[in-house]
Amino acid sequence: MNHSELLTPCCPRCRHTTATPCVDAIACLDHGPICHDEEACRRERATRLERARRGGDGMTLYVGAGTCGRANGALTVIERMNAYFDRQGLRVPIVETGCVGYCQREVFVDLVTADGVRLSYCDLGPETVDEFLQAVFGDGELHNRFLLGRYDDPDDLYRGVKPIDETPFFARQTKVVLANCGVVDPASLDAALAAGGFRAAARALVTMTPAEVCAEVAASGLRGRGGAGFPTGQKWKVALDQPRSQKYLICNADEGDPGAFMDRAVLESDPFRVVEGMLIAAYAIGATRGYVYCRAEYPLAIERLGEAIRQCRAAGLLGKDILGSLVDFDITIKMGAGAFVCGEETAILASIEGGRGMPRPRPPYPAVSGLHGCPTVLNNVETLANVPSVVDNGAAWFRDLGYGDAAGTKVFALSGRVRNTGLVEVPVGIPLREVVYDIGGGAPAGHHIKAVQIGGPSGGCIPDEYLDVATDYGTLQELGAMMGSGGMVVMDERSCMVDVAKFFMEFIRNESCGKCTPCREGTTRMHEILSELTERPVGDDLRRLERFRGILHLEELAETVKETSLCGLGQSAANPVLSTLRFFRDEYEAHVLESACPAGACTGLRVFDIDPERCTGCALCAKNCPSGAILGKRKFAHSIIVDRCTGCGACADSCPKQAVLAVA
Amino acid sequence: MIVVAATAEAIIAAREGSLTRDQMIPLLQEIQAAEGFISAAAMVQVAEALETPVSRVYGVATFYNQFRFAPLGEHVIEVCRGTACHVKQSLALAQHLKRRLKLRDDGNSADGLYTVVSVACLGACSIAPVIRLDGEFYGHLTTEKLDALLDGVEAGAEEAA
Repeated sequence: MNHSELLTPCCPRCRHTTATPCVDAIACLDHGPICHDEEACRRERATRLERARRGGDGMTLYVGAGTCGRANGALTVIERMNAYFDRQGLRVPIVETGCVGYCQREVFVDLVTADGVRLSYCDLGPETVDEFLQAVFGDGELHNRFLLGRYDDPDDLYRGVKPIDETPFFARQTKVVLANCGVVDPASLDAALAAGGFRAAARALVTMTPAEVCAEVAASGLRGRGGAGFPTGQKWKVALDQPRSQKYLICNADEGDPGAFMDRAVLESDPFRVVEGMLIAAYAIGATRGYVYCRAEYPLAIERLGEAIRQCRAAGLLGKDILGSLVDFDITIKMGAGAFVCGEETAILASIEGGRGMPRPRPPYPAVSGLHGCPTVLNNVETLANVPSVVDNGAAWFRDLGYGDAAGTKVFALSGRVRNTGLVEVPVGIPLREVVYDIGGGAPAGHHIKAVQIGGPSGGCIPDEYLDVATDYGTLQELGAMMGSGGMVVMDERSCMVDVAKFFMEFIRNESCGKCTPCREGTTRMHEILSELTERPVGDDLRRLERFRGILHLEELAETVKETSLCGLGQSAANPVLSTLRFFRDEYEAHVLESACPAGACTGLRVFDIDPERCTGCALCAKNCPSGAILGKRKFAHSIIVDRCTGCGACADSCPKQAVLAVA
Repeated sequence: MIVVAATAEAIIAAREGSLTRDQMIPLLQEIQAAEGFISAAAMVQVAEALETPVSRVYGVATFYNQFRFAPLGEHVIEVCRGTACHVKQSLALAQHLKRRLKLRDDGNSADGLYTVVSVACLGACSIAPVIRLDGEFYGHLTTEKLDALLDGVEAGAEEAA
């Protein structure tokens, strides 16, 4: 069965084969006909296109049901909607989409009205959905308190409603990769085609040579979006020039960076764009087999991508002789098994081959000798998702998107202590402050932003006063951070930078594969030093001296790990330490010299005392203390043994008389 | 244990003919999905099927965080310990769970009802702090909301019983 109504020919002349090719193979079918003129065919195509675009014939509801939407109750919202429509005897199709990026205000529900205009509603949830349905379908009140904005409205039918791209969160964004996310049905090839999908692939496969595709991508200035920022076109050219018959393409969807989730969102919300990007990339390098290496933590992404691949295969967009171009390509999904180091390209290869995911020295680079010794190109999800737009709109267009010399857009995952969390796509080179304050809305009321952690465990913390820097690869590196995959975690004055450095070091220590000594031993030791700093020095003077000596060695150790580790994980492992030491040295000094945490985040440095006047001897604190540090007789005032106390605060939380006080 | 090994055997038998070493991880994943964990017997069988030393299977299985070698509790709670969650006090959630469920060091509660694991990042940072309970995500959590959630689970268990 052919899954795509749009790709089904409606007359004999719509049928393109290898013998009767059409340069606009896809556009001819979904927006056409282009290569022949026939009124009946044109009318039929226009009806089908409109149906694919709207998701049905009359009113349609789109519910944002990505992972974050589901966590906010999207599936319950859908259930309630169906129940409501059953009760009212209405028939309104409901389409599950991915994430529009504004996760703070999930659940998003878009309504395509009877006159074809799409209105966007947000802040819905299982509690409020009935109110919304009553307003829209009961009272016919489209302007209700959930309304956020409208999409394209050529006839200006809803003049009172703000266009969605003028709302503060979306106004500063330029959507390329995320253009369809949350808007287009991720489970329908027709919806993707109606939104312009696979046009670029058809053009590349039918009218361009592989070398031309490589050259176009190289000229666009597209760089790897996974972290390292290697020029994509250049990588492809190396692989293309290898005289081997078997080549592989791997899409790296092992998004392990804590704080980054754009790849998940793209795979959940617009899997067809990734498939199209892979098809173009495979053609450019001459690969016939592709893998998507996806984290097992992303079950929904795997499910939706799998469905997309199945539909593309059924429609002849994957498989043998794609679009009559004699190009063969197919994609297999490989599930990762949970190892951060498997984001490193040589480690992915080892993992796909069925071994421990440990990196190996480069060169040879995978583009020369990769999977099973064959030339292999590895690209990140976001990089591949950019490719169709580059081919479709041309290299010059893509170059112009960025600020200054930078090209294209970058998706950032904005999270942490910021008002608007979610995914934002902005031109590369935009000042960081615009992202955090204008789009993110700044810190929550009553707080102020202290630093922005960018680039995950390989990145660094940029303090508020430096936020005017441009977000491009070079500038961020000068500040000791890096673009990384694009995780952006905002921290306010309640976060302690030593604690953050310790947090990352613990992560890296756990994830270090153990192959090379600097990374394995160095990260362990750095974590030890930082742990000691975040705890009160107890015991004898020697222990205090050790603690002090550790900090003297920390910087040197960090530099050594950076210089001598085998792979990118180790080489960047020290960045969180080095960047916090550079910008927040005073906080380290407060921890070392005064045993105090200025932010109050390091529980190990807190000291509690019990007010004997208020204590009634109920013994609740002693019962809740995990370290047995509270002693006392029932009905008499209790006391805390400071050396045994870990500062967790369980006693203060449990005391009904507020007799436990933090004294430091 | 015999029952467990039989499931692994069935999974391996279903793939007869096309077994190569790059099938090792998918096989282990499938066995874990069916049985909840990888038993020693299952590892031996995978090794035999792939004609590779058991030590190699063990080496691969222990390298990846996904694989578990002991049965899981009835309910599995994954606490996200990513950066955004850390900044929003996920450690407090983890400690609260530890106290409330009386977890042992291996993350299982004494009554075998719960297994709590820390995961590096669930990739739902925009709704931090987040946990996954039996596959469902719950975001914007506080200790109070977590208590309410667990109360709900326990009430459901009592109703079923």
